[in-house]
Amino acid sequence: MSDVVEKTLTALPGLFDSQTGAAKITNRLRQLIKSITELTSKHEEENLIKKELSAMKEQVSSPNTTMKQMREIMVRAMYCEMLGYDASFTYIHAIKLAQQGSVLEKRVGYLAVSLFLNEGHELLLLLVNTVLKDLQSTNLIEACMALTVVAQVFPKDMIPAVLPLVEDKLSHPKEIIRRKAVLALYKFYLIAPNQVQHIHAKFRKALCDKDPGVMTSSLHIYLQLIRESPDSYKDLTGSFVTILKQVVGGKLPVDFNYHSVPAPWLQIQLLRILSLLGKEDQSTSELMYEVLDESLRRAEMNHNITYAILFECVKTVYTIHPKAELLEKAARCIGNFVLSPKINLKYLGLKALTYVVQHDAKLALQHQMTIIECLDHSDFTIKRETLELLFRITNAQNVTVIVEKMLNFLRSCNDEHTIIHLVGKVAELAEKFAPDNSWFIQTMNDVFSIGGDLLQQDVPNNFLRLLAEGSESKEEDDQLRLYAVDSYLTVLKGHTSHLPQCFLQVMSWVLGEYAHLQESMDQREVTRLLTQLLDQRSVSSETRVWILSALTKIFEGQTDLILDLAESLSSSQDTVLRQQAQELRHFSQDSQLHEWVLPRGAPWDGIEVDSSLSFLDGFVSEALAAGAAPYKPPHQRQEELCEDRALNLEPYSFSLPVSLSSCSITDRQSPTLLSVSSGLSGNSTELSQKAGSSTLILEGVKRVWGKDGYLPQKEATAPLVDEPSAAVQPPSQQEAAERTEPQPEPSTQNQDKQQLASSLFVGLGVGSSMSLLGKSEAPPPRFRKKPRPHESSSSSSSGTSERSSDSSSRSSRNTTDSFLYGSLLEEEPATSISAFDHTPKSTTANGLAQNKDTKEDRHANTSQILGGDMVIVRPNTIQDKHPPPVSSDLTALLPTDLKDLPHSDVISLTSDPSLSLSSCRLFRDEALLLVIFISNCTETVIKDVAVQLSCEELETASLRGNVVDCLEARSTSVCHYALLMDDPHTNVSFTGTVSYQTQPGHTNTLPFSGTLSTADFIRPLVVTTEEYGKLWLSLSHDVKQNLKLLTDAGDPLRTTLNALKDALKLHVVDIIGSEGIVACRLLSGAPCLLHCRVNGAALAMWLRSPHPALPDCILYHCQRALAQH
Amino acid sequence: MIKFILMVNKQGQTRLSKYYEQVELGKRAALEADVVRGCLARRKEECSFVEYKDYKLVYRQYAALFIVVGITENENELSIYELVHNFVEVLDKYFSRVSELDVSFISVITHEVLLTKLDYDCVFSDACIYMRVSFLNAQSDHVQFR
Repeated sequence: MSDVVEKTLTALPGLFDSQTGAAKITNRLRQLIKSITELTSKHEEENLIKKELSAMKEQVSSPNTTMKQMREIMVRAMYCEMLGYDASFTYIHAIKLAQQGSVLEKRVGYLAVSLFLNEGHELLLLLVNTVLKDLQSTNLIEACMALTVVAQVFPKDMIPAVLPLVEDKLSHPKEIIRRKAVLALYKFYLIAPNQVQHIHAKFRKALCDKDPGVMTSSLHIYLQLIRESPDSYKDLTGSFVTILKQVVGGKLPVDFNYHSVPAPWLQIQLLRILSLLGKEDQSTSELMYEVLDESLRRAEMNHNITYAILFECVKTVYTIHPKAELLEKAARCIGNFVLSPKINLKYLGLKALTYVVQHDAKLALQHQMTIIECLDHSDFTIKRETLELLFRITNAQNVTVIVEKMLNFLRSCNDEHTIIHLVGKVAELAEKFAPDNSWFIQTMNDVFSIGGDLLQQDVPNNFLRLLAEGSESKEEDDQLRLYAVDSYLTVLKGHTSHLPQCFLQVMSWVLGEYAHLQESMDQREVTRLLTQLLDQRSVSSETRVWILSALTKIFEGQTDLILDLAESLSSSQDTVLRQQAQELRHFSQDSQLHEWVLPRGAPWDGIEVDSSLSFLDGFVSEALAAGAAPYKPPHQRQEELCEDRALNLEPYSFSLPVSLSSCSITDRQSPTLLSVSSGLSGNSTELSQKAGSSTLILEGVKRVWGKDGYLPQKEATAPLVDEPSAAVQPPSQQEAAERTEPQPEPSTQNQDKQQLASSLFVGLGVGSSMSLLGKSEAPPPRFRKKPRPHESSSSSSSGTSERSSDSSSRSSRNTTDSFLYGSLLEEEPATSISAFDHTPKSTTANGLAQNKDTKEDRHANTSQILGGDMVIVRPNTIQDKHPPPVSSDLTALLPTDLKDLPHSDVISLTSDPSLSLSSCRLFRDEALLLVIFISNCTETVIKDVAVQLSCEELETASLRGNVVDCLEARSTSVCHYALLMDDPHTNVSFTGTVSYQTQPGHTNTLPFSGTLSTADFIRPLVVTTEEYGKLWLSLSHDVKQNLKLLTDAGDPLRTTLNALKDALKLHVVDIIGSEGIVACRLLSGAPCLLHCRVNGAALAMWLRSPHPALPDCILYHCQRALAQH
Repeated sequence: MIKFILMVNKQGQTRLSKYYEQVELGKRAALEADVVRGCLARRKEECSFVEYKDYKLVYRQYAALFIVVGITENENELSIYELVHNFVEVLDKYFSRVSELDVSFISVITHEVLLTKLDYDCVFSDACIYMRVSFLNAQSDHVQFR
């Protein structure tokens, strides 16, 4: 392979010869590098580079600097940037160098550009012309450089400009150019797949190219394409197999060999493609058996690179439809790897094993002794990989041993990333396979204390949910809870200052809920322990909120203590704490109220939430009668506050969602209520979490549950067994597991290892291995959640987690839905449900049938609009100008019924000596009207003018005036097309032809083309804030991104939104403080809602739409609009 | 997929860095320091792959120079390990012929080698998103290749 590279390099002649003079100039760089190498401290380096940079700055701005010097400066600037110092003042000069320099200077310029600038950089626009010029150059090197830079950094929206040129290069006689062209197209495919859709046939041609290099490059594209949709490329399997056969058989030129292995990286690539194609497809897999066998056989040379190929082979063999013979060979390969004395191979073997045990657990059994050795290996990486393997083979019988091993590893590990990763796995295993309560609680205690505050939030969430929801049997649940309470009390009695906040929160919640189960214990003791925590300095205020809400639940009978506590906290800095203290005081004075709000030990599903708060109706009407102001929703209040413009409004706006749910103290209902009640700002709650004061308020309540209520768990998919006793381990096995508990200090003696092996690999025996590891037949997990109450209507509190899961069952869960919408929208539940299914009629039509209707409507409408006859403008109506009429005149020719529509500028499409074509876009609500002006530039009559327009992505609803019998001299005819877009594409190109006759029987054709963007099809969606809120919740496809905020004048949010509104015809629904909501839709079809929030110097944009691709398109155009601003 | 390639000497000075993924200028120094520390801490008999955040690092030492490649979890480590060697072989071949050339030109050539390899090797071009190259100090490091 290296030879090929060399050949390529020498194939670039002239370049290297021009070198001789370079030595003198670059002395400075040599000096720079030398002095930096000699430096000892970072500080010295900083000074030196700073000096260097300022010298360079001076030099680049001097007019006397020659190109040659500039080249040298560029190289030094690259060096400085590489060391991490900003040299942005040279960027523009790099572009200049690429534009103006000779070949060598150009090269340095291009190199610098590709290092300095990233795709989004605005300076790249300046490079487009240079690239275009170089792509057309006959100089091979220049064309090469241009293609290279296109494949590295090129602005996405400029792709159409170079695409035809790059496409042409696919049939260039030189293979290096073809190869680079393929790579450039690959890059285009990665960043803008829509734009290269039409050249898929050419990819196939590249795959069949006679030059292996070009073929190799095309494989990148195919790997990507096949990864996305394997089914569309099954027909190519044969070709890939043939290619691999030829490569393996050594049919490629010797140049491609690496240590006499033919094109190893190419082989690996092909094996990956095959594994994607053969996955779960027997007939396709059968095509590859032979070549895989050949690969396994050929790769028996003793070299690293052949092992790498073997590894890939093994993976493929295990991924595709299995064949016994191949599996056996692959297994032998893995065996060789694992047993190898070479550490890198051992690692690869473990990795292969980890992959393979998912399909065949017996293999792990064969290598158990090696695995155990690896577990105690001195190499961290090996250990880590072994644990990964063990995680995959864990079952109910070996779980204690494996978890023990993992925890041991974790205790000695100090890499944050590894801890987070592994602790999550331990929690998952514990929940899935725990043999008994005490072990489970103990393990989770370890998880919380080791993982600490690094833990991902769903670990404590899942744990608490498991405790709270329980399984089928109340007795068992209570046992578990009781055990947890006991264990936490023990922990709290010890030294608590080192415990992570997350653990403290879990403990206080559990104690608050379940401390009463422990009858032998005085509740005063629990209260004392908790209040003790409150006094600790290390406890964060978020944790304090948790502790306080626990105390609220259990204080009974200790009014004095509580009153003191409430008193001391009511002067706290923290508003949430203050509020809690207030509630605590109320409860302590009114035990009846306390009993009613927080009934002890009440079942979870028993809680019914009257989300419409109808029980307050009487109170409200009374208050209204007494002259109180009617309720205003939070955003309205905020808006009013905004208009006052008196104070900084941040704190107000953030505390509002909380005041909505004064029941934040009652942990049970509030999370659901909160996440919903913040309604439209379900988003803003989440977003504002990051923003200062609001954090505490929401987190204190929410974090138990995660932001969307309970998170659905993987485990939920496990088969549910009705018999509760089935979950309990048979006692004999349990004992066995305990008996084989490993020694804390694993000794090196063989016997111990054997013992460990038997405990680690128990359950992987020949008979049971498959069924134990097969996911579908996994033993029932110890802790199961209750079946979700789909049918029962008492599911209000737990049902929220499912609101996004399946829409079909929504109607069966009226309670949930009414709960969801009622509280927010202040509407009758019934209406909100219907709104949920269809969204307001005026705005969208999600249902298929309705969609059809509207489409027909649209057709009807547009044809009505365009009902007028073709318009021919007589010569005398327009001014007689020799060049084609200028655009301003043309718009005057629009039919009267279209004149008032908003329209774009007129652009010229094409022209020839006799005809000139221009177009203009008119924006109607239901369609985009593309108006084409056909002007006769001659003094004679042109006959039989016919326009044909085609565009695959769009639908033509109607057309008028595309055939003109006779176009008189110097006259203009207008024809228009009504175009509909059903699926959003970022850009759509149309092509067409005009045919006409200047003399009878002599037909000329004139092709034209152009592009339309989605922006042309976006229409404002006029909704009220309420409707917006409703719609927001019903939409499923989400996109979030940070955009540039325009800060040049006045209120940045307003300026930015107005800029977007102007560019994209959006409707700004409402601007509240630092948030704004905007709505639009695709013609009269799918809506798209935008929620914008000022986040520092950026605009956090959140888009939702029923159409998956629409948010992306709109986001793209927003970015463009802001970039151009 | 390859995310970055670094050439760093034992003192922690970056000789060449190349990112296929955009990494902020300020964060690069920290990342590079972390990576070198991670690799220096490893002993000879330990395997050439280390986990670092979301990446796997594949490293190979040539005298005082480390070549470190950051890859994603699904990449074939050993093939990358050999790719590094292939790269070094090409450089070696090249520098033995053009070692008299001046430093700046060598940087261009190194880049050229990397680019050309990018064409050939699947793994390389799989990630040709963002590219950054610097220089080999011909006087010190290149001698160490041999």
